[in-house]
Amino acid sequence: MHLLETKGIVKRYCNHLALDDVSLSVPRGSIYGLLGPNGAGKTTLIRIINQITGPDKGEILFDGRHMQPNDIYRIGYLPEERGLYKKMKVGEQALFLAQLKGLSRADALKRLKYWFEKFEIQAWWDKKIEELSKGMAQKVQFMVTVIHEPELLIFDEPFSGFDPINVQLVKDEILELKRKGTTIIFSTHNMASVEELCDHITLINKSRNILSGQIDEVRQNYGSNVFEVAFRGNPDSLRQKVEGRFELLKIDTENSLSKAQVRLKLQSDANNLLQELIPAVEIVAFNPIVPSMHDIFIQVVQEYNQKHGLAIS
Amino acid sequence: MNKIFLIIQREFMTRVRKKSFIITTLLSPIFFAAIAILPSYLASLEVTEVRIVAVVDNTKQFIDVIPSTEYIRIAYITDTPAEKVKENLSETGYYALLVIDTTITPNQPAFTIYSQKQPAIDVMQHLENTLKKEIEARKLKTYNIDNLDKILADVKTSISIKSIKVSQTGEEKESNTLIAMAIAYIMSFMMYMMVLITGNQVMQGVIEEKTNRVVEIIISSVKPFQMMAGKIFGMAAVSLLQILIWVVMTAALAGAGINIISSKITAKPATEQVQAMAQADPQMAQVQEQATAAANSKGMSFLTALKNQNFPLLIGGFIFYFLFGYLLYAAMFAAVGSAVESITDTQQLTLPITLPLILAIIVMISGIKSPDGALAFWFSIIPFTSPVIMLTRLPFGVPAWQLALSATLLVGTFILITWLAAKIYRVGILMYGKKYTWKEMIKWISYRG
Repeated sequence: MHLLETKGIVKRYCNHLALDDVSLSVPRGSIYGLLGPNGAGKTTLIRIINQITGPDKGEILFDGRHMQPNDIYRIGYLPEERGLYKKMKVGEQALFLAQLKGLSRADALKRLKYWFEKFEIQAWWDKKIEELSKGMAQKVQFMVTVIHEPELLIFDEPFSGFDPINVQLVKDEILELKRKGTTIIFSTHNMASVEELCDHITLINKSRNILSGQIDEVRQNYGSNVFEVAFRGNPDSLRQKVEGRFELLKIDTENSLSKAQVRLKLQSDANNLLQELIPAVEIVAFNPIVPSMHDIFIQVVQEYNQKHGLAIS
Repeated sequence: MNKIFLIIQREFMTRVRKKSFIITTLLSPIFFAAIAILPSYLASLEVTEVRIVAVVDNTKQFIDVIPSTEYIRIAYITDTPAEKVKENLSETGYYALLVIDTTITPNQPAFTIYSQKQPAIDVMQHLENTLKKEIEARKLKTYNIDNLDKILADVKTSISIKSIKVSQTGEEKESNTLIAMAIAYIMSFMMYMMVLITGNQVMQGVIEEKTNRVVEIIISSVKPFQMMAGKIFGMAAVSLLQILIWVVMTAALAGAGINIISSKITAKPATEQVQAMAQADPQMAQVQEQATAAANSKGMSFLTALKNQNFPLLIGGFIFYFLFGYLLYAAMFAAVGSAVESITDTQQLTLPITLPLILAIIVMISGIKSPDGALAFWFSIIPFTSPVIMLTRLPFGVPAWQLALSATLLVGTFILITWLAAKIYRVGILMYGKKYTWKEMIKWISYRG
């Protein structure tokens, strides 16, 4: 079951096509990574989901039906470019933003009290935002985003401006929210955190969705069929066996243990490789080498741009 | 609707709690009240102490010519030379010393006044007037005209035009053109200032929200139009509260002030002082009484004319034109604020907005002289200038159909402009990193939501 689906979204600004036929499906309870180079159209897509602007074409389904204006109360959004009223007191401001998200004043107060205690920031209630550090303000912002317990959370670069301790705090908070069943769309350039947190990803490049899927599948698919073989024995006998049907990328020997990286060629699979190798050497370990999201990102974007004769940016 | 209310509330609360708001709100009525009561206060002030002017007449021709008045006593000194009196001026207690010396021209002596302070205007006028009359009379006498006194009395004329406004129902009211002009001037100028200042505050607020990047958070829960409208209405509520406090406080202060003054005016007349004088010199007392009565009636007629202004209409008109004039301009200022990223970028964009207001102030200066002229009429109908110019005309009386036409056009224009401004605002508020022109902003109007 998908909580959110976009179907063929098109958005045009003046002469610039911001989104071109973008479709994606966000499964309920997942963390969904929205990736792409700067200017690819991620923010526009997020704004459309938040009903800040409307699409020129296409449809958005929320909870299986056409998205309603009131669905906005079921969404929490932490924009990349964020800020608060500098001269306003923290507590008052949090209360104001929470009420804008449809909470009653009493409810908002109760929940804010819980979050202020959880983040240990009770002392900030009467401070003005301008008296807080950037990281402290970010904490307030994160709190305000999740205060109305939305079913869908959209985080745009949630870790920017946090120190490592607070990054961990926010990560734990995101995982906690996921555990409670919240669906999270997560837009970032930090590929390590994508690998760490996301279940699904979509890669948007030049206004189009060029790659979608479960993160494990994506990484498998872009595994480029490279395997690492750890073995004991003569590296030369392995070399002989591999030649022709496979491609030997590198081979290192340390003490009696050698490690070789082998790429499969067409019409061969891991079993073929093993059949060749087992008679020749003693295999200690055999692992597929899974590319990092970082590598996949660069590879996919570059391939796409080359194929379409676009400049690599 | 609930969301707009939240935004209005936030805007209102943060503005009202500012020190600058509290100070201007509380201090301005004192200033306004002072303007309202100062003229009648000054009229009542005229004299409070008796000043004795010593006169040394070296010509011996003007002895006992200058009469004493209620507050100016004339003391003729014959036994002491002028030099001595002059030296001891502070000890003798004389207010001033008038020395009359002969010159080569007969009947034209030289007058010199010595005093420690600059002599008061009423003392100078009294001395000048009586001496002038005396010399004129003496010169006339040299012509040897028979029955001169009778001719002079016959020729003497005094004209006073009482201005009465007749309303359509035939009701008569004493009016005062000067008061109408003063009220017109104050109201139009205040309107101009308030629309400009509050409009600018709205613009600054929008820029602040945009550069703060708090916009993005807020418009994920409300529509950009709601955000803009909330800000504008919040600011309107602040200004209306301010005007209300001003009206109430000014009325209270001015009312109290005027009551004190009018009781002072009515309590003063021909009682003991004049009676005392009547025993000494009956003729003199009569003149004195007339003079006092004339001064009092001048002060009273100012108050009557002030009271005869239709204040409910003036205040109602001010509030209506302020509200819609402000809303009209605030929407445009908000649109400009949404398109820029700092206040320094606004100048060339705000010029077309402020131009009609500046024009209105220029028209106001001539409109105040001929409030029913073609210029004032048209500018009080055109929506962009009507908030200022209609208030210029209002104290002089405006036909109901003109008021209705002007008000309808203003409300209609406000709706149209706000609709257009909201379209610019919606696009502008999320745009960063470019410098914008009106041409570009007008293009945004056609953008789809």
